[in-house]
Amino acid sequence: MNLLTDPEMLLLLGGIGGLLTLSSLIGWALDRRVREAPARLVIANLNARIRSWWIMTAVFVAALATGGIGSVILFALTSFIALREFITLTPTHRADHRTLFWAFFIFAPVQYLLVGIQWYGLFAIFIPVYAFLFIPLRSALAGDTEDFLARTAKIQWGLMIAVYCVSHAPALLMLEIPGYQGEGAKLLLYLIIVVQLSDVLQYVFGKTLGKHRIVPRLSPNKTWEGTVGGIVAATLVGTLLWWVTPFTPWAAAVIALLICLTGFAGGLVMSAIKRDRGVKDFGTLIEGHGGILDRIDSLCFAAPVFFHVVRYYYT
Amino acid sequence: MNTAPVAARLLAGLTRLITGVRARWAGAAPTTAQRVYYANHSSHLDTLVIWASLPAPIRARTRPVAAADYWDRPGLRRWLACQVLNALLVERAGGCGSREALRRIDESLAAGDSLILFPEGTRGDGTTVGELKPGLYFVARQRPTVELVPVYLQDLSRILPKGEVLPVPLLGSATFGAPLALAPGEDRHAFLQRARAALIGLGARG
Repeated sequence: MNLLTDPEMLLLLGGIGGLLTLSSLIGWALDRRVREAPARLVIANLNARIRSWWIMTAVFVAALATGGIGSVILFALTSFIALREFITLTPTHRADHRTLFWAFFIFAPVQYLLVGIQWYGLFAIFIPVYAFLFIPLRSALAGDTEDFLARTAKIQWGLMIAVYCVSHAPALLMLEIPGYQGEGAKLLLYLIIVVQLSDVLQYVFGKTLGKHRIVPRLSPNKTWEGTVGGIVAATLVGTLLWWVTPFTPWAAAVIALLICLTGFAGGLVMSAIKRDRGVKDFGTLIEGHGGILDRIDSLCFAAPVFFHVVRYYYT
Repeated sequence: MNTAPVAARLLAGLTRLITGVRARWAGAAPTTAQRVYYANHSSHLDTLVIWASLPAPIRARTRPVAAADYWDRPGLRRWLACQVLNALLVERAGGCGSREALRRIDESLAAGDSLILFPEGTRGDGTTVGELKPGLYFVARQRPTVELVPVYLQDLSRILPKGEVLPVPLLGSATFGAPLALAPGEDRHAFLQRARAALIGLGARG
């Protein structure tokens, strides 16, 4: 599909551009009006987030515009950096060095190679079965048995969340949907829009209306008002965008809700890991957001579920 | 054309890319004032990492003190050490305590250079900071105007541990602490303990 000739795609991108412009204007207006010191910190963070959104959107659209290969490479790099952030925060032993080398330079690239050559059968089991069996073997050969099960589990978990789960997003491009051939890029964009908009709207509703915390010990920023408001609003947007997908409006509503709920679950689980490790963010790569894993935590959970629903019902 | 400055810039960029290291200035602002940066040592990357995480103008006047037995080999290493890093190569037979090494260090400080020093003398396993060799004390006594800045390197031993050739691309960090000076009447043992405690304290900050 040529990005620049598909009217639906152009409309979608125009909408995103408009939304970002609107956000930048609101951020600029808030920056001029608000004077109190604590509120200014929130505004400064908001504006940093908006600036980063412009950059992330530009990179993502550029990758989509190159066709399938650009998206696969972009998500492969995203996974690589996410795995880097995850393993950095996860204590491993000296004996895990070679195992980690395999995780970074063999398992992660091969998983994306499988997406690229569209070998679905191996793509689906490569990390859950073959990395799962190989990782403990490689660590066992290194001979250090202290915390063996915990170390093995951490590395496998990192590969599953940062590589396997995320790789389901570009894998959408390999689905053959009758009547929707060659339009997979729009499906990928749809997933990203709904999952990220859900995050953004939960943040907006949380900052403006949020009062009652869901799991106070885990995440002080997740409130019932913010979460419900954000999920309802993002589901609504996902429904109204049914025309870019192969779904009917009703199906789009159910699927968008599913994306939002799984995304919320992802955010919650990744927060639990951060609290366990005693950190606020996974990294510092994206100004205002934290690390890459902080930005894609909801995608990690939403991508595989969305992929399976589409594959089961639409191919 | 002199390729060393270009190589230096490339090497600094590459080091930051592979190790993900960013300098955290926790107790000292970056300045071109004459300083001795002393750090815990657990990886061959350590020298490069501190050097690369310094801002370029500071980097240009900072010389890593490196072991001649590792760096002074014909070919790439010597070229890197002498041309690119502008390292001060010393024999470590007696660690930083050896008289000749100390004389070279003092000469370099007299010439106005800043230095990068690993006072443990050798690489540890990355989990603990070893006892510091007395060289640091002699520098503090000899050159009271030079600021001694502790630098805690984290996760470098996980990126490239002792005895490994291939690095794993985790995110390391270099935390620069508050400068130390020898207190009036402070003896060698007390000073070295305090300098070591400052390093360990930076590591505990996380």
